[in-house]
Amino acid sequence: MAGNDLAIRVRNVSHQFGEEGSTQFVRAMLETSLDIHRGELLCLIGPSGCGKSTLLNVIGGLLTPTSGQVLVGDTEVSGPLPQEIAYVFQENALFPWSTVIENVNLGMMFQGVPKVEREPRARKSLAAVGLSDFANHYPGQLSGGMRQRAALARALSLETGIILMDEPFGALDEQTRMVLGEDLSVLLSRTGKTIVFVTHSLGEAVFLADRVAVFSARPGTIKEVIKIDEPHPRKPGFMTSEKFTDLRNTLFALLHEEIRKAMEQSAASERAAGRDGHS
Amino acid sequence: MNATPTSTTPQGTPSKSAKRDRSALGSRLVQAAFVLVLVGLWYLGTTYGQISPILLPNPVRVFDELVDVLATLEFVSDLGVTLFELAIAFSISATSGIVLGYLISRSQYSIRVFEPLLAGIYSVPIILFLPLYILFFGLGPSSKIALGVTTSFFPIILNTIAGFGYVERVYVLSARSMGASDYQLFRWVLLPAAFPIILTGLRIGFTVALLSILGSETIASLAGLGHRIVHLGEGMDMARMFAYIAFAVAIALTLNTVTSSLEARARRR
Repeated sequence: MAGNDLAIRVRNVSHQFGEEGSTQFVRAMLETSLDIHRGELLCLIGPSGCGKSTLLNVIGGLLTPTSGQVLVGDTEVSGPLPQEIAYVFQENALFPWSTVIENVNLGMMFQGVPKVEREPRARKSLAAVGLSDFANHYPGQLSGGMRQRAALARALSLETGIILMDEPFGALDEQTRMVLGEDLSVLLSRTGKTIVFVTHSLGEAVFLADRVAVFSARPGTIKEVIKIDEPHPRKPGFMTSEKFTDLRNTLFALLHEEIRKAMEQSAASERAAGRDGHS
Repeated sequence: MNATPTSTTPQGTPSKSAKRDRSALGSRLVQAAFVLVLVGLWYLGTTYGQISPILLPNPVRVFDELVDVLATLEFVSDLGVTLFELAIAFSISATSGIVLGYLISRSQYSIRVFEPLLAGIYSVPIILFLPLYILFFGLGPSSKIALGVTTSFFPIILNTIAGFGYVERVYVLSARSMGASDYQLFRWVLLPAAFPIILTGLRIGFTVALLSILGSETIASLAGLGHRIVHLGEGMDMARMFAYIAFAVAIALTLNTVTSSLEARARRR
């Protein structure tokens, strides 16, 4: 196989939380395989609790799967790969006790960037997300949307080939996430990075992705991969086009059944085990 | 990308903080007036009223005694004993509380085991151990130190566990994903996350150590401010006893103000 145009290879990955038979037991993912091409933006979409975030954490090396393997380039993932992979988490992953620029600098320090290079790289990535004037603000002084841009700046400053994004705009209001989505499309079309983006918004998936992988209900596995054939950067006009609506409807049809299943499951498991927070 | 944030200055807008200052000044004035009225009533009651000077000496006499206590430096040895006991007790409980609290916070299992246990003991009135400590350590400073350690250890260790044990998981995950080593994780994530909470534990620990040491000196002791106060009371030297009480209150207030402002300053950083 031509390995060089594949950034990430997911091979038969299964994951379960807890021991079989215990009340905590959840089979999150079953025999999932997926190839992610270099430079593409792939969205993972599916009902909540289907294992999208689990797959992301397995790719990022934050979670060791029960079985199967993930290859990043030619390396098998067995822990975080800070030189290859940067993360943008759902929300509030910035350290609140540090300013925006200190947050960016800390990330590079953890990654091992020499001290003299940090400051210019931090300035550059803050400028890229439009936060130059807020370098010395604390995260608590920024709006939710600005915080997520700062988190994106931190990820960009690490200059990795891959960025994993776990519902990065999930906690934001519709208008803000639309604008951030447009900006992200512009920003990333220039950099050629490989992005894996978890979302539960159909519109966001169609607007941003080169391909959308649709998850089934638990135990999650990839049901279908849809190609979104539209050049980046995408214009707001794309959102009102017929093509957009058709793709969105296709995704909706694929997801609808799975979401029903997932809701029945979660009602049943909530009765069985009470609430337990892992997604 | 052009965000247009509304002005978010750290301390709020100027007009708001000015208003807060003014209302703070107002409540300070009311507080001062309240104290003045109390002292006035005290003066009038003891000068013109029928209150026995054995129960409540005249404030002018108390003031004269206080001036004498300060001028002759008579207070130095007793204050020295009390502060010595406090310093030793607080160093022991701060060191052991933070170290043990950190170790316990390393695993969720040990937090589950120890946290309820420590919180349970914390709710016991520890002054009840004083007779036991006097049997063990005698009437000197050792029994006061032991009591001070026992009272201040629990708020310090519990806050340390709360500080280190409940750091948001996403901070740890994101630091790990960026390649943070164990030391870097501790220095740049766990420590700053836990620091303000530990600081609160230290302040509470300091205050309760001072209170329990002064209190235990009044019960059974050989020296110290608490000892001096009871000794004067038993000798019916009421004016001088009140002078020492006022002195002890002033010391306690000063120490609490200092620790609170240290805490506030460290938090602002």
